[in-house]
Amino acid sequence: MFEWKWDFVWEIMPRLIEATGNTLLAAGAGYAIAVVLGLALALGQRTPYAVVTFVVREFVEFIRSTPLILQIFFVFYVGPQFGIRLSPWMSGMIAIGLHYACYLSEVYRGGIESVAKGQWEAATALNMTTAQKYRRIIIPQAIPPALAGMGNYLVGIFKDTPMLSVIGVAELIHTANAIGSENYRFLEPYTMVGIIFLAISLPAAGLIRLFEGRVRRKLGL
Amino acid sequence: MSLIDFVAQFWPRLLSGAGVTVAQFLLAAVLGVAISLFMGLMKLSTNPLLKGAAVTYIEIFRGTSLVVQLYWIFFVLPLFGITIEKFTAGYIAVGMNIGAYGAELVRGGILSVPKGQWEASLAINMSPAQRMRRIILPQALVNMLPPWGNLMIELLKGTALVSLISVADLMFQARQINATTFLSAQVFGAALIIYYILARFFVTPLMRWLERTMSRKMGKV
Amino acid sequence: MQDLSRFPLELTGDDVPMVRFQQVRKSYGSLTVLDNLDLDVAPGEMVTIIGPSGSGKTTVLRMLMTLETINGGVIYVDGKPLTHMPKGGKLVPANERHLRNRRADIGMCFQHFNLFPHMTALENCMEGPVHVLGLTKAEARDRSEDLLELVGMIDKKDQHPSRLSGGQQQRVAIARALAMRPKVMLFDEVTSALDPEVIGEVTNVIRGLVDEHNLTMLMVTHQMGFARDISDRVCFFYAGRIEEQGTPADLFGNPQKERTQQFLSAVKEAV
Ligand SMILES: Nc1ncnc2c1ncn2[C@@H]1O[C@H](COP(=O)(O)OP(=O)(O)OP(=O)(O)O)[C@@H](O)[C@H]1O
Ligand SMILES: [Mg+2]
Repeated sequence: MFEWKWDFVWEIMPRLIEATGNTLLAAGAGYAIAVVLGLALALGQRTPYAVVTFVVREFVEFIRSTPLILQIFFVFYVGPQFGIRLSPWMSGMIAIGLHYACYLSEVYRGGIESVAKGQWEAATALNMTTAQKYRRIIIPQAIPPALAGMGNYLVGIFKDTPMLSVIGVAELIHTANAIGSENYRFLEPYTMVGIIFLAISLPAAGLIRLFEGRVRRKLGL
Repeated sequence: MSLIDFVAQFWPRLLSGAGVTVAQFLLAAVLGVAISLFMGLMKLSTNPLLKGAAVTYIEIFRGTSLVVQLYWIFFVLPLFGITIEKFTAGYIAVGMNIGAYGAELVRGGILSVPKGQWEASLAINMSPAQRMRRIILPQALVNMLPPWGNLMIELLKGTALVSLISVADLMFQARQINATTFLSAQVFGAALIIYYILARFFVTPLMRWLERTMSRKMGKV
Repeated sequence: MQDLSRFPLELTGDDVPMVRFQQVRKSYGSLTVLDNLDLDVAPGEMVTIIGPSGSGKTTVLRMLMTLETINGGVIYVDGKPLTHMPKGGKLVPANERHLRNRRADIGMCFQHFNLFPHMTALENCMEGPVHVLGLTKAEARDRSEDLLELVGMIDKKDQHPSRLSGGQQQRVAIARALAMRPKVMLFDEVTSALDPEVIGEVTNVIRGLVDEHNLTMLMVTHQMGFARDISDRVCFFYAGRIEEQGTPADLFGNPQKERTQQFLSAVKEAV
């Protein structure tokens, strides 16, 4: 039986904490990209041009049905083949941001579709432009129903950051791998990484639910 | 080298990788469905011990990342004398992970069956086990099939991670080919397309067919 | 724990009631829904319960079906305790096994039918006989088809509930309950969820049961005319108690209590 060593845990803690910072940074940056790009992908499916809708829709479907890890490799290795060199961080953010943008676009779409038809008609009756309708009437109402989904994907992106280790982003798993092979001890680093993930994602999920409830109450829903 | 030339040259390896991916998918799906059912029912149990065990399982597997779980099962368990061969470790990790998400679907599906169904089956004096098996579960299954369709796509994508412990799946073959040929766009592009075909033309139609069959059984078509 | 020693282990004598509520109490938290209810129903009797919303009518039937636990008193069915079982010479709360044993005497039809949507009309009726009573499929089919014939649904026996109208679903639900051969049938507002034009097809089935079968029936309804026609006795519930009871002629024709009079005139105005 292999024995758990607290000394070793304390020894590696500083490196794991630093890696936790990187993980959170990666999740945060990736999510920021996804939030913005996702909206574009959602609105792209609501233009009057059937071709645009079709292309965006198929693109979203394609990204959503293929593995993120493969997309990360694709972005990282295909650039250099054509003379574009992207850093691991850069490629990682593009891949993960795009992947989650596709998920979020579906969440937004659901939110937008949940707004009653009468709201569009009322906005038209006030003679608003399409942009005004979206910005002032539709999107504010589409956000509350989308919040739960958005929150889930924030936690989701955090849990998917370990895939960035494959291209050398120094997040938690990458660091744990390094510690493990330097010391020939895998029990503590992998276990600690698991605990760190739990310690962040469980409270985060709780906080998101709390926040969601508060927003709903504020909007009188 | 064009994509077609590339596939013409490397198809045996891509095909063998895809075969391993499909095998991992099927085995993980069977395991995942079994765990979902088990844990979903346990979480609904009034016995605090069973319920607690299910909640713990679900929170751990949903709160950490599949990569972490995979590494833990493959690298850490052997330290406790449980050595699992990599192919097996792969689908076990993916199946256990999906099982945690599926358990929530099972629970939600069961809770979505109207209370009147429990009461009517009690009124014809069925035993608790009969009520669950013959009346509640079939209806719960119909209600939860649509989200299971999404989960099965997630499962397929999840199997790509078994390449990280050197299971020779499609992802693994793609990385190997990339490392020797540097034809990144071709190899990762081909792999993306194969995953897409599996998802869009096999997994999704299969789930749709199941949905249709089940709702026909409910006399809804 | 209440003192159960004053409740008999079994009812004996010449005229044992089919159903007896003895000192039955039911509360949800601090809300007392039924207060020391005493009610006997004789074998073959048709008793109708009427009363304002929230007076506890449904609760009476649900307790008898063991869908609700009781907080005090004992319910007897066919002379034997339902909610309790004898153990060491006294009554103790029933366990699941005892309940399953005793529930066999009781059948129930619900306001919203509660047919099993994944089974056809015939399969709904056969489910209990095959899987609870242990009949062979052939026996269960014969029995179920006879009953579907009785309720006028034999030509729809292979349809799923989603293809049936409310009135048709309710008739299948009656057949399903009868297929278990209960001694007591409970009907909780079985016509309340129906469109007016199909109410008759369900009430006619129930009328038929009163005429042809020696069933004991307890029915909750808001249809006073129907209650008047077919009941042997009508109980007016008010705030968890029986305010007044009697033959339909007496209760509807000559109500004694002020609350009964108010309720009946309010109902009459609404029609
Ligand atoms: N599960 C429950 N929890 C709390 N209170 C309940 C519950 N079920 C019933 N009650 C309360 O018990 C009282 C009696 O309810 P019951 O359903 O028996 O009334 P009812 O006479 O059938 O009324 P209606 O004519 O509206 O069907 C009501 O005040 C009701 O609010
Ligand atoms: Mg009622």
